[in-house]
Amino acid sequence: MSKIGDNDPKLEKYRRMQRIRQFEAKAEAIHAQGEIPGALHTYAGMEASGVGACMALRDDDYMVGNHRSHGHPIAKGAELRPLMAELLGKKTGVCQGKGGSMHLSDFSMGSLGETSIVGSGGPVVAGAALGAKLQGSDRVALCFFGDGASSEGAIHEGMNLAAVWKLPAIFVCENNRFGMSTPTSDAVAGENVADRAHGYGIPGVIVDGQDVDAVEEAVREAVDRARAGKGPTLIETKTYRYGDHAVNMGRELTPRGPEHEDWLKRDPIVLYRERLVESGIDEATLDAIEKEAGEAVEDALKFARESEYPEFAEAFDHVYSERLPIPEDVQAHA
Amino acid sequence: MARATFLDAIRQAQQEEMERDERVFLMGEDVRCNVFGTTTNFVDMFGDERVRDTPISENGFVGAAGGAAMVGMRPIADVTISSFLYPAMDQICSIIAKSRYIYGGQAKLPLVIRSCLFYGNSNAAQHSDRPYSMFMNMPGLKIIAPSNAYDMKGLLKAAIRDDDPVLSFEDSTCWMAKSDIPEGEDLVIPLGKGDIKREGRDVTIIAIAGAVNTALKAAKELESEGISAEIVDPRTLVPLDKELILQSVRKTGRAICVDVAHQTCSAASEISAIIVENEFESLKGPVLRVTTPDTHLPFSPHIEKPLYPTVERIVAAAKKVVGQRQPA
Repeated sequence: MSKIGDNDPKLEKYRRMQRIRQFEAKAEAIHAQGEIPGALHTYAGMEASGVGACMALRDDDYMVGNHRSHGHPIAKGAELRPLMAELLGKKTGVCQGKGGSMHLSDFSMGSLGETSIVGSGGPVVAGAALGAKLQGSDRVALCFFGDGASSEGAIHEGMNLAAVWKLPAIFVCENNRFGMSTPTSDAVAGENVADRAHGYGIPGVIVDGQDVDAVEEAVREAVDRARAGKGPTLIETKTYRYGDHAVNMGRELTPRGPEHEDWLKRDPIVLYRERLVESGIDEATLDAIEKEAGEAVEDALKFARESEYPEFAEAFDHVYSERLPIPEDVQAHA
Repeated sequence: MARATFLDAIRQAQQEEMERDERVFLMGEDVRCNVFGTTTNFVDMFGDERVRDTPISENGFVGAAGGAAMVGMRPIADVTISSFLYPAMDQICSIIAKSRYIYGGQAKLPLVIRSCLFYGNSNAAQHSDRPYSMFMNMPGLKIIAPSNAYDMKGLLKAAIRDDDPVLSFEDSTCWMAKSDIPEGEDLVIPLGKGDIKREGRDVTIIAIAGAVNTALKAAKELESEGISAEIVDPRTLVPLDKELILQSVRKTGRAICVDVAHQTCSAASEISAIIVENEFESLKGPVLRVTTPDTHLPFSPHIEKPLYPTVERIVAAAKKVVGQRQPA
């Protein structure tokens, strides 16, 4: 299906940010009504970080994200239907209903997981980059992690391994100002996570996480460096999470400061739209992309709603390469 | 046939699989210096890209094995001593065991995590763990715990070829013991197949890893006292060859589980429960466990050695369950 502005990377960035924003707005609304089970951690406010980073990657490059998992696959270009079906716990979901909101990972788009133990993607990305290197391919692997995860040992171990072996890896710390309810300033020593790059002898880059072009440029430089065999880069995108740690929890856990209003004034999608208009793109084209994104979300929801739930036997599938037998007493009462 | 030690069996298995499949590579702390003799001349044979010394960073390189496996490699992560698995629990339990499942079958993690059971030699509590039962409680992992060089080689080769993550627990009390190993033959023992190490009529002794050898000695002693013991070696703890164990118990009507791990929630505990649930009608007496009691392992050999299952404790358990009085 051809889309408005296909093959125009400028418009593609706008499209992907719109798709994330609208996908999540819909998800949040139906989650409030109980249609999506479990917790829902939204990415709203951070769209420029994910889209900017992924636009610098090839389709076959690897990526690992975290529990705030809705944005990364859409940023990398994934189809919406399997993502929405996953949120609803359906068999047609991208993880066949076994992962849910924290694990929207589309391996066909180079994803190697969206892992909800924050920081645990660090070693995985180092390993994927090592695999690419051993295979003689020029693929790179990118790790999204948060400011909260920057305190986890796994992130240090992944970065150290990537640096000592000069692996084609990119570490993107999406600093959205809070680890659940804890402000970054209460949890992260030093001014910037990116400053830690110095300790690994690799470049550390701080970028405006609300500026999709700036993020893309920084990540592109890191990707070029990685592909050239010069090793990893640590990039910190300074961004902001609009929603609470998870939405619809009944009470706000995130202690908003006076800077909250300032962040809302720098919405990444609004900022980018203004830039596109200034560059001569007409408003009607952007409106049409926005409308198209909304239609894609509605189509995904319809698909998800009409899909079947998994069979009970599938709870025993994918533990190993062979399906496990269902214990008789469990089957009898399933 | 050629005689080979348990350690040499590990070397042979790794070497043959690395020769057979270029996706197989090895990484771990101090593997190039060949600390235990399982990587002799590997750097010369395979180069330092496929034989990698890692930082002291178990969570990092074990997780990296997971990442490399997801992109099509078949890594062997050498974690030296099984106590060093603990820093890597995050990656083993949350990434390696669960990624295939969480992502609905999109992820495949063919990798082997090797480590030795380094107990019984005055290395104190932090180096003497036998932690396989902890991992038996985590679906998604397969576990081998061989008791001799022949099984070690065949099971490790199967583990490297398996499409699921396999933890290989290598009992250091078996390291120097030799087996006849066929030369020029592709020795692969399927995972999940146990082995009767000695046939008997009166009591089934299911023993794990190095405890198999203790149990075999006990069986000889019991034979001289008129008790015929059958020794069952599961060899693989996950998947467990339940049918082989139950068949033996159906025949003898008595069972003892011998395990060098701490008693609570041990492999012995799980096997005991399986026997009682499935073969209660066949049992002529209680299922007994001979294990390491739930204390830590002390440094002083005088108080360390008696904590593990001994020939004497196995003999006493067999006499108890068979019904003979113990000498006063």
